[in-house]
Amino acid sequence: MLTTETKRFLIEKVKTVRHEILTMVHRAQSGHIGGSLGAADITVALYYHLMKHDPQRPDWPDRDRFVLSKGHCTPLIYSILGDCGYFPREDLTTFRRPGSHLQGHPFQPKTPGIEASTGTLGLGLSTACGMALAAKLRGENQYYYVLCGDGEIQEGQIWEAAMFANKYKLNNLIAFVDRNYLQTDGYSEDIMPLDPLAPKWESFGWEVHKIDGNDLEQIVATVQLAQQSEKPVMIIAKTLKGKGVPFMENAAQWHGKPPSDEEYQMAIQTLY
Amino acid sequence: MEYKKTRQGYVDGLKELAKTNDQILVLDADVAKATQTFEFEMEYPDRFFNCGVQEQNMLSVAAGLALEGYTPFASTFGVFATCRGGDQMRNSIAYPKLNVKVGATHCGLTTGGDGASHQANEDIAIVRSFPNFTILVPGDYEEAKQATIAAASHEGPVYLRFGRDSYPLVPQVHGAFQIGKAKLLQSGSDLTIITTGIMVSEGIKAARQLETLGLSIRLLHLPTIKPLDTEAVIAAAEATKGIITAEEHSVIGGLGEAVAGVVSENCPKPVLRIGMQDVFGESGQAQELMDKYGLRAQNIVEAGQRILTQFYSTANV
Repeated sequence: MLTTETKRFLIEKVKTVRHEILTMVHRAQSGHIGGSLGAADITVALYYHLMKHDPQRPDWPDRDRFVLSKGHCTPLIYSILGDCGYFPREDLTTFRRPGSHLQGHPFQPKTPGIEASTGTLGLGLSTACGMALAAKLRGENQYYYVLCGDGEIQEGQIWEAAMFANKYKLNNLIAFVDRNYLQTDGYSEDIMPLDPLAPKWESFGWEVHKIDGNDLEQIVATVQLAQQSEKPVMIIAKTLKGKGVPFMENAAQWHGKPPSDEEYQMAIQTLY
Repeated sequence: MEYKKTRQGYVDGLKELAKTNDQILVLDADVAKATQTFEFEMEYPDRFFNCGVQEQNMLSVAAGLALEGYTPFASTFGVFATCRGGDQMRNSIAYPKLNVKVGATHCGLTTGGDGASHQANEDIAIVRSFPNFTILVPGDYEEAKQATIAAASHEGPVYLRFGRDSYPLVPQVHGAFQIGKAKLLQSGSDLTIITTGIMVSEGIKAARQLETLGLSIRLLHLPTIKPLDTEAVIAAAEATKGIITAEEHSVIGGLGEAVAGVVSENCPKPVLRIGMQDVFGESGQAQELMDKYGLRAQNIVEAGQRILTQFYSTANV
């Protein structure tokens, strides 16, 4: 259970992050808004409540790691890392600009707080498997969190990683699939059906939870449960793509389109 | 002449490394019996990870292990690493410049019986085009072992290229192995033969044949394709009338084009390329395939003669 105070704090953070996402993509006139907005609750819950990390020591060996496997949602992770203090907030104004460390997709060598380079879909979960395996080899007990898109898990490599995590009993791996049912070209079940999704992961040997991924209470409670798992964990988090901006909600066209000046103003005014 | 497998050099190098370096991990994708890494598994079962038939996952897992400080050697056939795993080689490993070593066996035409699907003749071209990758193409067992050991102490991505067959031991290349350094096997003033990988023995044979024709041959062996030893290549271009390159790989994107690029930009001289002439191979025994696809000393000799007749005989008149 979250205290009222913590919950209020997290809700405020989510709103701040969503505001920043809109501003970053509008300023750059490039970037992915919809998925970033939808997964804000999950990622805020991780960074501001669940994860053990220290922005002043991004290389701290005992930190929990987060891998953004759906690498296009950089507006989300950069907003959070900037707010946490991994780098100066002003850097956010350089998103997607030449010379910036804030590349369109995460580039680990340059951005403090980014744990793994991703971009082409499917890489992140495998990379996190390698990282989690390393922790097992060293007998360490930090957690490795991964955020996958639902479109992303159509990639074959995801299911390779699913088998691998089961084989090596990576119960320090806690993954989310951002289940918003929308991908670039439309409704996921039209493009390439994924349902029933939970049995797929269960049959691959994972512990599976289904939650409302826009509900902070559920996110926190489920992750705390997942931390006790004997198996790798997949949290199927039903989210609303574009969450927080009414006219962007559940609309595939806001996957990768930047808002015009007018749309940006409207988004900021209606943000909730 | 003694013959030995270059892939045996790989696993012997790994076992040697593991004795003193506990950060060395070996991954394979269900071809451990073929890559020979099963020998490593027998000695170091806790540091060996069989990823099953999952080359893509294996390469990204290796990236994750490298991010955590380990030195993983991801092992599979060249075709599977570079073609199936091309995206992972590029985005998981090359782009963030991670300390992953890719040990690729069954490269080149001499893979033999498995046929064209398994003969990686374009792997060098693919990996060469990825920034940050170092590419090592050893010429025999001993050099393969040395290259593997050298790769471990080089920080960053390394692609190690080995064959399937047994290849002649070439004592001339057994000197100290230094990444990025060519081995000048002999000086000469008429023509240069530049070899990489197992073509070194054909290059040496070709030099002997050309010498019987009264020509002075410079012989340069390049076990590192990238970074290319440009100094050695330019020196060869300056010292001789032309260069023949020889590689068990496509003439597109491999040693030949790398050399031609450096020569044309610094000291233009004719460069003729021996290699797979933009065709797929086929099933057959390694030796008969080398004959059929023109990867022989005789082909190098003919190219050398062509340089002299085509570019120099009329000029001398």
